Amino acid sequence: MQDVKTFKPKIVAFCCNWCSYAGADLAGTNRLNYPADVKIIRVPCSCRVNPMFILRAFQRGADGVILCGCHPGDCHYTTGNYYARRRMTLLFSMLDYLGIEKERTRVEWVSAAEGAKFAQTMNEFVEAVTKLGENKRLEDLRCKK
Amino acid sequence: MQRIGVFVCWCGSNIAATVDVNAVSEALAHEPGVVFSTNYQYMCSESGQNLIKDAIKEHQLTGVVICSCSPRMHEATFRKTVAAAGLNSYMLEIANIREQCSWIHKDKAEATEKAIILGRAAIAKVQLNAPLTPGTSPVTKRALVIGGGIAGIQTALDIADAGFEVDIVEKQPTIGGKMTQIDKTFPTLDCAACILTPKMVDCAQNEKINIFAYSEVEEVKGFVGSFTVKIKKKARYVDPVKCTGCGECTEKCPMKKIPNEFNLGLDTRRAIYIPFAQAVPKVATIDPDHCNMLKNGKCGLCAKVCSAGAIDYKQKDEIVEREYGAIVVATGYNPIKLDDYDEYAYAQSKDVVSSLEFERLTNAAGPTGGTLLRPSDGKHPHTIVFVQCVGSRCSNEGKGKSYCSKICCMYTAKHAMLTREKYPDTDVYVFYIDVRSPGKNYDEFYRRAVEEYGVHYIKGMVGKVVPRSDGKLLVQASDLLANEQLHIEADMVVLAAAIEPDKSARPLATMLTASMDTNDFFTEAHAKLRPVESPTAGIFLSGACQGPKDIPDTVAQAGAAASKVIGLLAKDKLTGNPCIAHPDEWMCNGCSSCEKVCPYGAISYVDKEFRMPDRTTAIRRVAVVNEAVCQGCGACTVACPSGAMDLKGFSNSQIMAEVDALCKM
Amino acid sequence: MQEMMIAKAKELLGSGAVNRVLGWKTGEFVYDITPAVFTSVEELEKDFVYNDFCGNNLSKYLIKESRKEGKILAFLKPCDTYSFNQLLKEHRILRDNVYVVGVPCEGKTDGETLKAKGVKGILGIRTEGDSFVVDTLYGEKTLAKADALPERCLSCKSKKHMVYDELLGPEGEVLDSHRFDMVEKIEKMTPDERFEFWRGELSRCIRCNACRNVCPACSCEKCVFDNDASGIAQKAAADSFEENMFHIIRAFHVAGRCTDCGECSRVCPQNIPLHLLNRKFIKDIDTFYGEYQAGEDTTTRAPLTNYDPGDVEPSIVYGKGGKK
Repeated sequence: MQDVKTFKPKIVAFCCNWCSYAGADLAGTNRLNYPADVKIIRVPCSCRVNPMFILRAFQRGADGVILCGCHPGDCHYTTGNYYARRRMTLLFSMLDYLGIEKERTRVEWVSAAEGAKFAQTMNEFVEAVTKLGENKRLEDLRCKK
Repeated sequence: MQRIGVFVCWCGSNIAATVDVNAVSEALAHEPGVVFSTNYQYMCSESGQNLIKDAIKEHQLTGVVICSCSPRMHEATFRKTVAAAGLNSYMLEIANIREQCSWIHKDKAEATEKAIILGRAAIAKVQLNAPLTPGTSPVTKRALVIGGGIAGIQTALDIADAGFEVDIVEKQPTIGGKMTQIDKTFPTLDCAACILTPKMVDCAQNEKINIFAYSEVEEVKGFVGSFTVKIKKKARYVDPVKCTGCGECTEKCPMKKIPNEFNLGLDTRRAIYIPFAQAVPKVATIDPDHCNMLKNGKCGLCAKVCSAGAIDYKQKDEIVEREYGAIVVATGYNPIKLDDYDEYAYAQSKDVVSSLEFERLTNAAGPTGGTLLRPSDGKHPHTIVFVQCVGSRCSNEGKGKSYCSKICCMYTAKHAMLTREKYPDTDVYVFYIDVRSPGKNYDEFYRRAVEEYGVHYIKGMVGKVVPRSDGKLLVQASDLLANEQLHIEADMVVLAAAIEPDKSARPLATMLTASMDTNDFFTEAHAKLRPVESPTAGIFLSGACQGPKDIPDTVAQAGAAASKVIGLLAKDKLTGNPCIAHPDEWMCNGCSSCEKVCPYGAISYVDKEFRMPDRTTAIRRVAVVNEAVCQGCGACTVACPSGAMDLKGFSNSQIMAEVDALCKM
Repeated sequence: MQEMMIAKAKELLGSGAVNRVLGWKTGEFVYDITPAVFTSVEELEKDFVYNDFCGNNLSKYLIKESRKEGKILAFLKPCDTYSFNQLLKEHRILRDNVYVVGVPCEGKTDGETLKAKGVKGILGIRTEGDSFVVDTLYGEKTLAKADALPERCLSCKSKKHMVYDELLGPEGEVLDSHRFDMVEKIEKMTPDERFEFWRGELSRCIRCNACRNVCPACSCEKCVFDNDASGIAQKAAADSFEENMFHIIRAFHVAGRCTDCGECSRVCPQNIPLHLLNRKFIKDIDTFYGEYQAGEDTTTRAPLTNYDPGDVEPSIVYGKGGKK
């Protein structure tokens, strides 16, 4: 494991176009700082995020993956985030079951008005993942290494 | 391999101050597929856009990546730019290096590195972009309004006013709905019939409006812009063209003892009837359950007295098929049944009535001619107890509703006030949980009932109503503010019954693939921003079918729904969002997982014949996405186990490519 | 039972009610059972078997068989009827073309399990009370079922047929199984122990695809791993994603659809307890969204295509599980 001080985690953030991506834009407009380790992928809705995308990110060396969507009840497509919520709950629980540090995955509901929450969430998440260090386990679930 | 051009914007110093734009355009120039890479002060300016257009032509670019501000800002601008240069506007991706990079990072090296990675992800995505063309579909310039109450009437009138044809389907023999049964309206106390019946007449006379009364929607097919609807015109056994509505038949019919639904069974009607004097259309209807002629062929009196020769015992239900561009649901509400409310002795005593029954008892066109008389003995009541929230705001499941029915506080104040005004010798008590009177002049109205008319408002619930042998109703209640038990000897008890969506709403929602909440109210596309649209495109909501509403709110929503319909019908063609789901038929299992999660009902299934690789043919069930209805959320793509369903513009492989590009270092 | 089944099959073939029969036949060894389609009385009399080795779930075969000409008779064990229902729900089986005869099951063992118990030269098997009596080259051996059944049968969830046109033998009951015991045991481990446990199991995988091929829920026309557009099927590019993530993706794809028939673990040549992945999802679904048994009926919405506005948040995962 690398030294915690110099370790820069790779974080992938999936953001829904209507709430969270706009929230991230607002964080930018308000010049709210969060680490450059966070890279955002825009998706139409949190329900577009296939668990495979998350696993792929980990397998390709991401150290943390966070999914942001509209608050439950506020989905632009009415019900998308409800499905995303179930999928992610089960996926995260499974990752935990496989012994993968559950703090590497997260779901957060961020509205278009919550720029501050977006920045704060990212700061917290990066801090948590930095503490965990480099992701080794999820790079190969079949653990051949 | 695409020929990709990369354009890095400085945004003045907004980006350039924290991101080394030269380093970014230089680094991205070496990415696979990139044939041109540059940076410029303001890409969104005219000269910036010209730079992009010229580069597309000069370098025969097939894909464009712009590293600039958020796509929410200028994606539309740049789509037009690339289209102007002859490129498909969806061959563009934007890397957000301002809001999500330069503005939030202070360290220039770090921000530059991130900008390059974001650029790489956009390049990786655009490699897999395909030209997309929004689909178009025609619009049938006619609307269907389901339900002919005040909501449906107002919507139809507004749509017709804009010059479009409207059909109203009403299941009762006349349009008018609940408002026809109401006596006066709050907060102004003008008479309901006086403001409603002219609108009913307007509907009948408007050339653009076609009323299908005594009719029901049987089947709905199609989608926004082109629905095909089957309407069942139920047999009236009266030719509506010949019938003049003179009423001769309704006086001669020997079947006299049929409960009159218009007066909620408080009096009777004949087997052939016109619901009320101002009915539209004013045409007699034979009730087949009670007509002797229809039941056993004996009678025929109405046919004998009808000078117009309008009676037709052989009439059959008729199915009419019509095309529509938009459908408005205005199915309204009903008070809940109170038969189970033994604690209020509703089924035990005739003098315990619902509020709607009370309306009829005070209406000049009602069974008592407008004089308030007890249903049991026809005597003038001296003490009346009103009970609020009967079945509303209930916590126990099974009986009652969890929601507030919204209209009861105000109509009860109206009933109490009108009673006190007409019969000052009558004591009026109102038992309430809270008085909810938001709305223009509503609270003032309620205050007047208390302060000017001396209505006794008591916070507390009625525990029990016991009918006594002397005809009095013993009301046991608690006064929560005084903390004491009350025993009132009342002559009448009026129950403010909760309201619920009409029973026809649920099957209708299934036909329309429109969503409903657990209480069977139609759900709106967005609770705040799209309150009169259903999530299903082309379906609009008017009135109490969407939630409890009083008349002013209903009329306002009816107008809003009409304006949305007009906006739709004014278009000759609908242009869709091209970023929609599409299934790979060869991989589709036809398992219906995608259909279940689609909030718009955009997915259906067909049995299709396939030539299999082994040269046999097989019939397989495969998903079909209706491009006019799909909104592109992508819920189906994840529900699909085989990955047959994909989303254009945000495909599985595109997102995977972005993930790879971000993680690769 | 075998005789009753053959008689039933003959009767239905003879009357023309069906033109094929789906059952089991023996291969080279008596415990080497394969599903088979019989079209004549002769074939039935020669090859049809139903014994304590017939563990194969026949439902998946009906996807193809129900699309052929004529009606097929399918003998289904209680387990198989759950899969059958689930496939009906997903419109994969044409119900009208199948005549389902429910047959009882008292737990099915297999050659591997018996050999592991030191039984060699197996010639036949029969049930006597709670024991298997195995006929071998070296005489009869008696084994308590509790010792000779695979885990999936020891924690049998139901002896009741969820669907049938006709039932041979008595109606069974849904059992109070302890099928989540092992899942709970894993959950109680520390994350490191869990990781080591799964590393030990999954690292043995040889990617033979036996689990995917046998699974009635894994019945896609084309598997996502073979789908170029999915972005994950890139064998030619020596992509390691599929290799590394196969089991978790497979488990997720069948989540809410897996009936817990246990075929995946039965066929795994490396004896990886794959059903423990599926059972984790089943247990979580039960805990988070209410009891749900896939294949119990053909109409209710699967948990992952359903929601409740008041569902638990994914953060619930942080608060549970073993010690760090």
